[in-house]
Amino acid sequence: MFAGRRLAQALAITRRSAYSFAQRQQEERLLRNPPRWYSTALNLHKDSPDNNPNIPWDFTPANMTKAKEIMSHYPANYKQSAVIPLLDLAQQQHGGWLTISAMNKVAEILGMAPIRVYEVATFYSMFNRTKVGKYHLLVCGTTPCRLRGSCDIEEALLKHLGVERNEVTSDGLFSVGEMECMGCCVNAPMIVVADYTKGAEGYTYNYYEDLTPKKVIELVEILRRGESPPNPDRFNCAPAGGQKTLLCEPKPPPCRDLDAC
Amino acid sequence: MRHDPHKLVEGCLIAGVAMRACAAYIYIRGEYVNERKNLQRAVKEAYDAGYLGKNACGSGYDFDVHVHFGAGAYICGEETALLESLEGKQGKPRLKPPFPANAGLYGCPSTVTNVETVAVSPTILRRGPEWFASFGRKNNSGTKLFCISGHVNTPCTVEEEMSIPLKELIERHAGGVRGGWDNLLAIIPGGSSVPLIPKHICDDILMDFDALKAAQTGLGTAAVIVMDKSTDVVDAIARLSYFYKHESCGQCTPCREGTGWLWMMMERMKTGKAVIEEIDMLWELTKQIEGHTICALGDAAAWPVQGLIRHFRPEMERRIRERAASEIEAPAEATG
Repeated sequence: MFAGRRLAQALAITRRSAYSFAQRQQEERLLRNPPRWYSTALNLHKDSPDNNPNIPWDFTPANMTKAKEIMSHYPANYKQSAVIPLLDLAQQQHGGWLTISAMNKVAEILGMAPIRVYEVATFYSMFNRTKVGKYHLLVCGTTPCRLRGSCDIEEALLKHLGVERNEVTSDGLFSVGEMECMGCCVNAPMIVVADYTKGAEGYTYNYYEDLTPKKVIELVEILRRGESPPNPDRFNCAPAGGQKTLLCEPKPPPCRDLDAC
Repeated sequence: MRHDPHKLVEGCLIAGVAMRACAAYIYIRGEYVNERKNLQRAVKEAYDAGYLGKNACGSGYDFDVHVHFGAGAYICGEETALLESLEGKQGKPRLKPPFPANAGLYGCPSTVTNVETVAVSPTILRRGPEWFASFGRKNNSGTKLFCISGHVNTPCTVEEEMSIPLKELIERHAGGVRGGWDNLLAIIPGGSSVPLIPKHICDDILMDFDALKAAQTGLGTAAVIVMDKSTDVVDAIARLSYFYKHESCGQCTPCREGTGWLWMMMERMKTGKAVIEEIDMLWELTKQIEGHTICALGDAAAWPVQGLIRHFRPEMERRIRERAASEIEAPAEATG
């Protein structure tokens, strides 16, 4: 009887290894072609009616002035340094995403080969190369936020808006994306609202921190009404309930005769 | 940078004058848009008041400060990747040597330092280096900004003395671990790049470079991530592996392939869809990535997984065994 069970176990292990090998292969194939719900966006460009190199694109005169100011911060023979700020400005002007003609225009302004601009636009995760909603909501999903429940926040958002990740709502107002660590782990969980409703002049990229699923739905509804959500209760990254350090004036420095050095 | 940007601007001026540099570029993260606007306003105020630019502070020294920003790439925090990004290219790190002090931005000698170091320099000059060195143990002196996050009662960022015991840091400033100190499972003491330490090490470890190195972890950025017993620790580390896969620039093979491979294996370890030998394979893989890459992101991706295997191997084995058992039971019944 024991021999029988052991044989069954051995058979099961062999069968299990074969099963899991085939299944593993299939999973890895899936992982190599990531579905949309991964936070990485698509890397391919396909010409479409609203995104092809034949559409003319230029900065507005106001933005061109801003672009020239940006370029003045870098040496004249290293104009390429301004590529990230200019692409960012182009994205704000175009309503939250970059078309290929915008990238070509930036290449022309900076005297770069277009491929160098495409390299930069595909490398950095803040550049959207497909349409996003007028309010692009980004949820931070990395471990410190995840420990405080960012999965629930994202689930609540997706369920409330009725979209998948990186998909735009039918009224074009909202889209939800996942970002890697946004750098405010102390105020986790949080979302960022990138506001593309008012062009480059009215562009804001605000952090909304210390959220709960209920608060984030309220936030979305406030945005839908066109109002701006309230400031958080916590000042900065002080602990909830107020600062516990630096409660009194610092002692004056000891008398140092700086001229004696 | 949100509420006190002038400290940084003053620090830049001091550092620049000390090094006889002619300009400073403050590279700020792309996501910190409001902070960048504040910083740009602070720099403009400093220029208007004559503290920067030609004849900075009336000293006869010309110094310029510019604010540049990125667009969402963690790898651009690495010094040579930062220089590449500043030059307008993809943020792919360079090989070192040549070091930035010889050939840095635009080929000119440059130094890359972090904001914390630069911003504390005016205070050190005002109060004296002995005052600063009086904090902390020998070789671990000064203050550090500790960001305590995760399963604590009041997460916060606090500038504390180095060599403070970890338990005191959490209990005094962050309100203690959620559910009491005994509810603690593990802590990552220095941000995502360092291995985690389980509770029995956290009980009496000091937060400084030497003590944490002796415990086979590191101080890193002093971003203390606290995990209590409700955490799925394998899931937490798998998410970190995904972070490194996402942030890898793709230049060198061990990192580009290795981070993706690590993540795929960690995803399977989450549910126990593996065999016990694969834990050793995972360890071997991290050893293959660590030290063989152009920059330190490879090491940073490898270390959390090493920490997990070192301290939570029984947990990983348990999951594998449980899944294997649940798969054996069904076929065994069928063969009878």
